[in-house]
Amino acid sequence: MAAIELKDIVKIYADRKRGTELLTIDHVDLSVDSNEFLCLLGPSGCGKSTLLNMIAGFETASSGTVSVAGKSITGPGADRGMVFQQATLMPWLNVWENIAFSLKLAGKSASEQREAAQPFIDMVKLGGFENHYPSELSGGMAQRVGIARALLLNPAVILMDEPFAALDAQTKIEMQEELVSIWQRHQGTVVFVTHSVDEALVLGSQVAVMTHRPGRIRELIKLDLPRPRDSTSPEFNEYKRHILALIREESALARADVAANA
Amino acid sequence: MNWLVSIRDQRDRFIVPVVLILAWECLSRSGWLPASLLPAPSTVCVSWADWIFSTDQSTQANSGRWIFDALSSSLRVFAGYAIAAFSGIALGVAIGWWRWVERTIEPTLQMLRPVPPVSWIPLAIIWFGIANKPAIFLVFLGAFFPVLMNAIHGVKTVDRNLIRAASMMGASESQILRFVVLPAALPSIFAGLRIAIGSAWMLTVTAEMVAVKSGLGYVLWDSYYFMRFDLVIAAMTSIGLLGFLTDWAIKLVMSRVLHWQHGQTVQGRKH
Repeated sequence: MAAIELKDIVKIYADRKRGTELLTIDHVDLSVDSNEFLCLLGPSGCGKSTLLNMIAGFETASSGTVSVAGKSITGPGADRGMVFQQATLMPWLNVWENIAFSLKLAGKSASEQREAAQPFIDMVKLGGFENHYPSELSGGMAQRVGIARALLLNPAVILMDEPFAALDAQTKIEMQEELVSIWQRHQGTVVFVTHSVDEALVLGSQVAVMTHRPGRIRELIKLDLPRPRDSTSPEFNEYKRHILALIREESALARADVAANA
Repeated sequence: MNWLVSIRDQRDRFIVPVVLILAWECLSRSGWLPASLLPAPSTVCVSWADWIFSTDQSTQANSGRWIFDALSSSLRVFAGYAIAAFSGIALGVAIGWWRWVERTIEPTLQMLRPVPPVSWIPLAIIWFGIANKPAIFLVFLGAFFPVLMNAIHGVKTVDRNLIRAASMMGASESQILRFVVLPAALPSIFAGLRIAIGSAWMLTVTAEMVAVKSGLGYVLWDSYYFMRFDLVIAAMTSIGLLGFLTDWAIKLVMSRVLHWQHGQTVQGRKH
């Protein structure tokens, strides 16, 4: 059984300003097996974040079904951990309180929360910053808290919406390496939205390239590359050339669409 | 001598008030201003001392009664303010969170809001008589709307992603309200609470001038009838002092509760 199953997903937005309807996702079928690391890649506006939000339960499809571990999704839940583009930590809670927030919701005592948070604090290398508030953290550290918070849920599925997009290049590389090592140790299914081909190739076990709007899956590519990934190897660049060609084509089609509608 | 050092370090704060009081003393003493219209600060201090400690009976019936007057005003402020704070926060959060509450209740409240609380005095006296109740009612009216408006604003401007993050972690609606919306709205709620404490004192004093026979506002208005402007000024100063102290107390609670904001917000430029 697939960990995540998207069946015949269609999403139509009402564009109130123009009084029209906008088809953003056009019959997407996608199934992700357990323990896969799927990177969703596509030109901006192709609906990749919308797909992710549907798996998370924040948005609903106009038609089609989303199921996780065989159960149809009706709303957000702790079986799917989400890491947002901005860390979205509670600014009034310190690092360990943020990481253990789900345990507070479950009615656990402060000492239980503190104890349960510690392994995750160590995992994302935030030892010594347990009592810092989000305003005292750098962007990279805040994002680590966001990842630890999602991992503590021990979810079957982890969803990530361009979590490293706002980080500087050096921090981004470190975080990517850590994420891969956490995923390898932890096991679990990851869906990772990105617009960077390199990031997708460094992280993913599979890459799904989407078309321009209305979004469909253009090609699902299984990456047969050894880890740690070597971004200078000929195989890596072979994949990169192929995916870049797809994305260039889609971007050109998107521009042509805009020109035709103007 | 720590306090001496701290006074020296903060002397900027004292320059303007000290100069103003000295100038006022000189003006009154020199006869430029008739002492009956603007008594000198020293005269005010002597009368105030008698009002508080019954030193020379110069304030007659009021001698030694200051603590009772201050307490009865404070109790009215406290009662009206507490009711306003509690109901304003509860209703504000409900209006901000649930559309149907907003639709059913908010228009009525918005129609009542422009009516100045002071204009309720005749009705307040008819309904509650001459005693504590009309004053508490007026304090409530004055403090309620600032708390309410700021609570609504605070809830409406909560970052949607924080709510998403909480629901991702399995929060129910009541948990989202308690653990996300309320703490996120607190900075705005405290802004409302600080505006409200000012209105609360204003309305206690107004009510005491008209509808109550005790308290600092009553002494103020009564002294006016007897042309005791020294006592009028002593009463004004007392009210200002108590207003300052209550605001300071709220600020203290606020900085404790909102300590997480330090380093995130502008705390005032040094130069």
